Amino acid sequence: MKLTTKVILMMGALSMAACTNAGKLGGGAGDGAFDPNAAGNSGVIAGSASDPASTAYFQQAVGDRVMFEVDQSSLTAVGRATLDGQAAWLLTNADYTAIIEGHADEQGTREYNIALGNRRADAARSYLVSKGVPSSRMQIVSYGKERPIEICSEEACYAKNRRAVTVLAGGLTG
Amino acid sequence: MMVRIFTALMALMMTATLSLAQQGPLRIEITEGVIEPLPFATPNFVAENGSSAEMGAQLARVVAADLQNTGLFREIPASAYISNVTDFGSAIQYSDWKAINAQALVTGAVNVSGNSLTVKFRLYDIFSGAELGNGLQFQGTTEGWRRMAHKVSDAVYSRITGEGGYFDSRVVFVSETGPKNKRQKRLAVMDYDGAGVKYLTDSRSLVLAPRFSPTGDRVLYTSYETGFPRIYVLDVGSVQRRVLESGEGSISFAPRFSPNGQTVVYSQATGSNTDIYTMDIASGRSTRLTSAPSIETAPSYSPDGNSIVFESDRSGAQQLYIMSANGGEAKRISFGQGRYGTPVWSPRGDLVAFTKQSKGRFHIGVMRVDGSEERLLTASFLDEGPTWSPNGRVIMFHRETQGAGGRSTLYSVDITGRNLRPVRTPEGGSDPSWSPLQK
Repeated sequence: MKLTTKVILMMGALSMAACTNAGKLGGGAGDGAFDPNAAGNSGVIAGSASDPASTAYFQQAVGDRVMFEVDQSSLTAVGRATLDGQAAWLLTNADYTAIIEGHADEQGTREYNIALGNRRADAARSYLVSKGVPSSRMQIVSYGKERPIEICSEEACYAKNRRAVTVLAGGLTG
Repeated sequence: MMVRIFTALMALMMTATLSLAQQGPLRIEITEGVIEPLPFATPNFVAENGSSAEMGAQLARVVAADLQNTGLFREIPASAYISNVTDFGSAIQYSDWKAINAQALVTGAVNVSGNSLTVKFRLYDIFSGAELGNGLQFQGTTEGWRRMAHKVSDAVYSRITGEGGYFDSRVVFVSETGPKNKRQKRLAVMDYDGAGVKYLTDSRSLVLAPRFSPTGDRVLYTSYETGFPRIYVLDVGSVQRRVLESGEGSISFAPRFSPNGQTVVYSQATGSNTDIYTMDIASGRSTRLTSAPSIETAPSYSPDGNSIVFESDRSGAQQLYIMSANGGEAKRISFGQGRYGTPVWSPRGDLVAFTKQSKGRFHIGVMRVDGSEERLLTASFLDEGPTWSPNGRVIMFHRETQGAGGRSTLYSVDITGRNLRPVRTPEGGSDPSWSPLQK
C-alpha cells in the first residue's frame, strides 16, 4: 500500500474514532442478533461505511467475503483481489482481529462440508498471511452447510453460500 | 408348531432379497406393498384388577403398532374378532382366530397396583394350534409402561423372525425449527417410535450429530458453544456435559464411541487439513490415525473394535475406506459412480450403511464390508446420516426437502429398501443415532 493512501486512511480512522467506538461496543446489528443459534454471518456492523476504519467500510467497500466453485477451496482471481483489499485494510487497521468463517452449500454431507468449509477459511487465511497479515490476528472456523445466507435450492443461492467471510472483532479500544 | 409362521416369514424375507438381487446392485428398490405381511391379532390385554383396564388397552395398542410398523405384520382390527380374550389363562379358540385369518395371536394380562405394573403375554401360532414359546412376565413401574409393551413386541418379533428385536430402544437426534437460514437446533432423545421426547440441550448453541454410547447412557456430539466446533460428552440421565479437549487452534467434530465406550474416534482440522484421531475419554490422551493432506472424516468402528470405516477425498472425491483401529494403511471399499460419505458399520458387522450423492440426488445405501453388493435403499433431494437399529435390520436417517421452505424429517427404512416411513417428532429432526436395546 502506498504511504499516502495509508496516511489518509489513518486520518480517517482518527477523525471518526469516537463514533466508530460507540458502534463497535454497541454491536448487535448483524444477522445473529435476533437469533443466537444462527449467529455467524455478518458480525458486528459498526460505524458508517464512509468511515474507512469501520467494520461497515470493511464489509461494504473492501468486501468481507470470497466465493468458491462447487466442492473447491482454491481462491478465484476475484477472491484474491478481495483478499488483497482485506490484507491492506487489516495492515492499516492493526487493532482488529478477525475470525474467518468457512461455509459450504447444502449439496454435501454434514461432516464433509465442515471439513470443506475449514479448507476454504484456511485458504483465505493463508492468503492473508502471505500478504503480511500476522497469523496471530486471525482464527478460522467452519460452519459447513449449517449457515446458508440464501435458502433456495438452486445454483444462484448455492454460489452465495460457498464462501469464506472475514468477520472482524476487536478494534480501537482507546 | 411355530414352523408355519416362521416359514411364511422366511419366505417373505427371501422374496425381498431375491427381488433385490434380480434388480442389480445399483437399482433403487422401493416397492412397498409387494409382499403380504403376516396377519396378527392383539386383543386388549386382560385387566387383572379394576384399575388396569385402560393400561391393558394401551399396551396392546403399542405392541400392535410396533409389529405393524415393521411392515412384516398386518394387524387384524378388533371389529373382525369372533371371540375375544377375557381370561389370560383359559384356552384359545383357535378356530375363531383361524376364521378371520389371524396367523399369530398375542394375548396379555396386566396388573396395575399403585405405581407397580406387571405385564404377562403369550404368543400363539393359530394355524398350528399351539403356543409359540412360553409365556413371559415383565415387572416394572407404570411410568415405564411403554417400555414393557416394547419388550413384549421384541419377544414376539424375535420368536417369529428368529432375529433380535429393536423396539425397546431410544434415538438421540437433533430437533430443528425455523427456516434454513435461521435454523435452531437442540439435542433430543426419544423412544425409537417417537414417543417420550426429552430435550437434552437448549438451542442457544448450534449442535450437530449426537451419537449414543454402546450402553445408551452417554451421548457424544458437536457444539459451537465456544464459537468453534468442539466435541462434548453428555450424560443422558443427569444432562451434565463436558468438553473433550483437543488441540489448540483446531476444530473437532464427527465423534463416535468405540464399542467398549472408552474411546472416541473423531475428526480434527488443523490448518486446512482434516484427519481422524482417537481419544481415550478418561485420560484425554489423543492419537492421530491419518495424516494425508486430504479430508478424512465421519469415522465409525466395527462392532469388534478392530477396524474403522471412514470417508476420504484422497482419490479426488469422497469415498469409503477401512483401516485398522490403530491407523495405518486404508483399503478403499466404495467404487460406484458418485460420492460416498457418512459410513456406519452395522451392529452385525456384515454391512456398512452410507450416504451416496449421485447425479444431483442423495441416497441411503448399504454395502458389504468388502464393498460388494451395494444396494441403494432411498432416493431424494437430500437423504443423509444413516443409523442402524439394534438388530441391524432397519436404518433411520433424515430427509431434507428442497427449496426455501426445506424441512428435515426423520425416516426409517428396512435394509431391503422396503417399508420407508417417517418417524414422527414434534419438530423437524436430523442426525438420528439409534441406541442399543435397553437392558
